[in-house]
Amino acid sequence: MPANSVLRVSYFIQIMDETKRKRKTKNSYGQIRAESLFKRTLVGIGAGMIVLVLGILFTLIVESIPSIRHLGARYLWGTTWDPVNNVYGAAPFLLGTLLTSFLALIISIPFSFAIAIYLGEYNPKGWLSSFLKNTVELIAAVPSVIYGFWGLLVLVPLVRTLEIKLGVLPYGIGIFTASLILAIMIIPYAASLGREMIRLVPSPLKEAAYSLGATRYEVIKNVILPYTKSGLFAGILLSLGRALGETMAVTMVIGNTSMIPTSIFAPGNTMASVIANEFTEADHTVYLSALIELGLVLFLVTVVINMAGKRIIKKFTTE
Amino acid sequence: MGILIKTFKQSFAAAALALVAIAGCNTNDTKTQDKAAAGDSATTRDDKTILGAGSTFIYPLFSKMFSDYNAKTGIQVNYQSIGSGGGILQLTNKTVDFGASDGPLNEEQTAKIGAPVLHITQASGAVVLTYNLPGNNNNINLTPDVIADIFLGKIKIWNDARIASINKGVAIPALPILVAHRSDGSGTTAIFTNYLSKVSADWKTKVGSGGAVNWPAGLGGKGNEGVSGLVKQTPGAIGYVELIYALQNKMDYAKIRNKKGNFILPSIASVTAAGNVTLPEDSKIFLTDTDAPDGYPISGFTWVIIYKEQNYKGRSLEQATRLLKLLWWNIHEGQAFATPLNYAPLSDEALKVAEKILKSATYDGKAIL
Repeated sequence: MPANSVLRVSYFIQIMDETKRKRKTKNSYGQIRAESLFKRTLVGIGAGMIVLVLGILFTLIVESIPSIRHLGARYLWGTTWDPVNNVYGAAPFLLGTLLTSFLALIISIPFSFAIAIYLGEYNPKGWLSSFLKNTVELIAAVPSVIYGFWGLLVLVPLVRTLEIKLGVLPYGIGIFTASLILAIMIIPYAASLGREMIRLVPSPLKEAAYSLGATRYEVIKNVILPYTKSGLFAGILLSLGRALGETMAVTMVIGNTSMIPTSIFAPGNTMASVIANEFTEADHTVYLSALIELGLVLFLVTVVINMAGKRIIKKFTTE
Repeated sequence: MGILIKTFKQSFAAAALALVAIAGCNTNDTKTQDKAAAGDSATTRDDKTILGAGSTFIYPLFSKMFSDYNAKTGIQVNYQSIGSGGGILQLTNKTVDFGASDGPLNEEQTAKIGAPVLHITQASGAVVLTYNLPGNNNNINLTPDVIADIFLGKIKIWNDARIASINKGVAIPALPILVAHRSDGSGTTAIFTNYLSKVSADWKTKVGSGGAVNWPAGLGGKGNEGVSGLVKQTPGAIGYVELIYALQNKMDYAKIRNKKGNFILPSIASVTAAGNVTLPEDSKIFLTDTDAPDGYPISGFTWVIIYKEQNYKGRSLEQATRLLKLLWWNIHEGQAFATPLNYAPLSDEALKVAEKILKSATYDGKAIL
């Protein structure tokens, strides 16, 4: 190629660059503005969320003041809930909330993990897989009042039969029934997250294990589960959050008594259920305030459990 | 990259436009609101709407009454069934023209509302005891002391001697009793616990009366349907529900011995009869444990509550008159809708008192009706 033509080409390239640069400088001003506006919007929306949560906390605290003043700290361990005499103790409901939620979690974990492993590892593609996946996701979409009805009409008689066989008082409704309903409702959360996590396990890791002669079970136990444990735990945490706040389905099958439950088959009540039941007709200040304080306690319990959960996840991942 | 930024820009432009549009709407809204507020204070609000809120129990009757009233007069009544407590709160905040409640104002509510109010009886309802006993056991007899002891958890089994002695010739099975009560705060519970407090000293000291109480025994169900669900499912269960609910669902309910010693079957007639007694001038009375010989003992009024002095918060005389005319219609022509909907219409005695109370409402100190 003659030197002349090389020069010409390089000159052409130079001109092209020049025009590009010119266009860029023209555009860059607007670009910077758009970029900063975009960033500011993001920050604004993020800050809005923080303000919202703090606002809720603040409102709960302010509205609880009459009750806190009236009852002090004994509100937390008092066992009598008596709106007539203005004596309020949240202990039975606190216990009820924790009992039902954790019991539900224990019941649901084998199911959600089994589904996660099956869909993530054994059968990740195909019509059966997507059918099962969609069905599980549908469980989360069903409104909770429908679970309540189903629990009342189907689950309660079944539990009653079981209770007669076990020789406990055959109420049919109670902590155990509520936990069963909750367990079904929270399965999809841990299952979906677990499935995604298991599918993300790099195949070289799995293939390496297989090439060393590991069986499928051994791969799951020694490669997949250790690799995904933080994700699986996050799923459990999500489920727990759902269980703590669930109201409608629980209130329909738990028995709504304000006594400390003596066994898992005994009737009880949860904080969310008490609030939903009694809020509309709370006709004096301390009563209303005691119910709002119940909301505050529920809020704080959720925060504490979430923070503890985050800690555990962090510990898992850094190990 | 350029294209990306362009799309960003475009979407931003769109978003900004939308924002401006929203802001524009907002300013418009505030303007109209201001106008409305100004209209209120200038006492020229001429929209023909009356606002009410409260009792869920009376809602089916009110919605029928008010739709008929609207057809006849063109006046719209917007009633929100948010619960008695909520209705009283809204009246206290002066956001509604009237509140409706299944119980008269308590001391705290009276103090909070800060001005004299009128209680106008609208209709009455009753609470019935429904139960689940195998075999043909419709309308068993119950006495006040037996009911109180069942709900206190003292009588634990159906073939208790005290139940048997008032139900001679009825084979009552030896089932354990399961008490079902309301878990939500409600006027139904208020009437029932008020009754129990009147007939049982033990109940009065141990539990007391209110829309929600500390139940010594049993399980809670949400709403009438929750209680009846528990009762229907559990052999040996007993619970209390509104008469209307029991009638509509054809449930078994008990005859109850009243103050005069007669066993009374709950019915619209016997509930109306319960209100046919000398009422106090302000009609603030729980009808429970009535003196009427043919009256069903667990019944109660639902009231509309309004301010006695109607000139408040810039209300016009026209508005006040419109409200009072509606309430006058409610206790007269409106009563025709009660029986078909299973509400007990006002007794003659109750009507007389309600008329007198309505006539005592004033505007600037002058009688309206």
